[in-house]
Amino acid sequence: MTAVTDREATGAPPRLVGPRRPLEPAFRLTLLVSLVIAVLFLVILLVYVVTEGWPRLDARLWENFPSRLFPERAGAQSAIFGTVYVIALTAVFCIPIGVMTAIYLEEYADRERWYNRIIELNIQNLAAVPSIVYGILGLGIIARGIGLGITLITAALTLSLLVLPVVIIAAREAIRAVPNSIRQGSLALGATQWQTIWRQVLPAAVPGMATGAILALSRAIGEAAPLLLLGAVTHITFSPASLTDSYTVLPIQIFNWIKEPEAEFHTLAAAAIVILLTILLAMNSVAIWLRNRYQKRW
Amino acid sequence: MTEPRQGTAKQDEDAPPVQTFLRYTHRGAPGLADTVFEVADLSVYYGDYEAVRDVTMAIGRRQITAMIGPSGCGKSTVLRCFNRMNDLIPGARVSGKITYHGEDLYAPEVDAIEVRRRIGMVFQKPNPFPKSIYDNIAYGPRVNGVRKGLDDIVEEALRQAALWDEVKDKLKESGLSLSGGQQQRLCIARTIAIKPEVILMDEPCSALDPIATAKIEDLMHGLAQDFTIIIVTHNMQQAARVSDRTAFFTADVDDQGVRHGRLVEYDLTGQIFTTPSDKRTEDYITGRFG
Repeated sequence: MTAVTDREATGAPPRLVGPRRPLEPAFRLTLLVSLVIAVLFLVILLVYVVTEGWPRLDARLWENFPSRLFPERAGAQSAIFGTVYVIALTAVFCIPIGVMTAIYLEEYADRERWYNRIIELNIQNLAAVPSIVYGILGLGIIARGIGLGITLITAALTLSLLVLPVVIIAAREAIRAVPNSIRQGSLALGATQWQTIWRQVLPAAVPGMATGAILALSRAIGEAAPLLLLGAVTHITFSPASLTDSYTVLPIQIFNWIKEPEAEFHTLAAAAIVILLTILLAMNSVAIWLRNRYQKRW
Repeated sequence: MTEPRQGTAKQDEDAPPVQTFLRYTHRGAPGLADTVFEVADLSVYYGDYEAVRDVTMAIGRRQITAMIGPSGCGKSTVLRCFNRMNDLIPGARVSGKITYHGEDLYAPEVDAIEVRRRIGMVFQKPNPFPKSIYDNIAYGPRVNGVRKGLDDIVEEALRQAALWDEVKDKLKESGLSLSGGQQQRLCIARTIAIKPEVILMDEPCSALDPIATAKIEDLMHGLAQDFTIIIVTHNMQQAARVSDRTAFFTADVDDQGVRHGRLVEYDLTGQIFTTPSDKRTEDYITGRFG
């Protein structure tokens, strides 16, 4: 302080030279390196898989069915259809239940009550349960207990249970992001709680819910572990046509091909991975598009 | 506009006092003949905390009643009792009595939704719905089951809120595209559209600039022809400009050091601002406190 006033007193121009701050660029560099590591591996993976699978990335892949004897004729149609059906069914099961649970927890549940707090805690824990455990649950209760057997619907129900906690958490966050002033404004006009939720909260929360649900489903699409227990391992040479058909999915088909000794099957596996990644990226793009398209500014 | 609305208040002074009402009359509410609300010994609790203690006052029909006082004095809390918005806060409850045309607002058979259809509310921060201007206005009638004649209702409400000329060509645009002052008038129009008897305003201008504030104050004078208005405001000049009667609240600290909101004085606005009977009111309005 005194130095400054001295200079002012003598009429000398103020000096703006500061000390060197070497930590600033070092910190910036560390962040950048982390980013490069994260992105680099993704790029290497993509490049590797595409170059590996390129020779078989053609119509045979989605027009033909798997073959153990003729790798040049083998395709993954049953697995592609299986994956699409399983995920579509999973969405049908888990989105309504997840959204309704989220509405209850956010709009109706009294957070002071012990049972609501236990429910909340459990949902967060459930999201962290290993997927293989859900496979055992699906096998024990849905396939054998309820008796739906090793079928498409069993797989979809099991995956629904798997992603349900994630869907609930995402939907709750979307509902919570709707400002309270909107609810109050609606209630002050004589709207009932249900009218307020249905006409104000849900429309405002749908983009967030959809984004969360799609991201949850794209986690389910890559799951192999629970489905290993639920019969997706079988060698299937037809696309499923009904809920009670047996089925296979892409991750399992990839796993089966990689197990084979012939190199042609490995190429096939790489090509199938490209298909799986394409479906995944397409779903994530829709999620991002939804988020940007309907982003609300309050 | 800076003159207190003495005209209507004077008439009330001349009107004969109504006997049944006198029981609830706070000192300084002389001759309020035509009342909408009568509040007697109202206390509001949040859990164990008594936020407001023993408020007794009456609200005159088609008058503008202002509630002023420092932060934390409970004026907004009292306002939210009139349309039972406090019901939405977990742990909130009231004791004492509020009657609306003689009917106990907190009687067990009273439906809070019916209450809010008659007693509308405008909030501190403009809160238009993320919908079109038209749908913002039509929302109230729609949730109340109105299906026909919405166009006319929307136009009438927007005209009454002095917003029609500014928005008539863009009714399909988002309510959020309007300026802050327009948004608040949209919220007033939205409230008018359900044709309430009373409009509660919770610091409606505190987020607005002086020009937008002046427009809303002008609007309030017009609305007082048809509606009973209760306004909470931080702005004493605003209370002086718009209201017929003013209630001054403050917070008392009890033996345990807990603050409770209290109604200090309730009188014609002219009286409150020229010859207040309580020292605390005088200190507040002269700027020595609060």
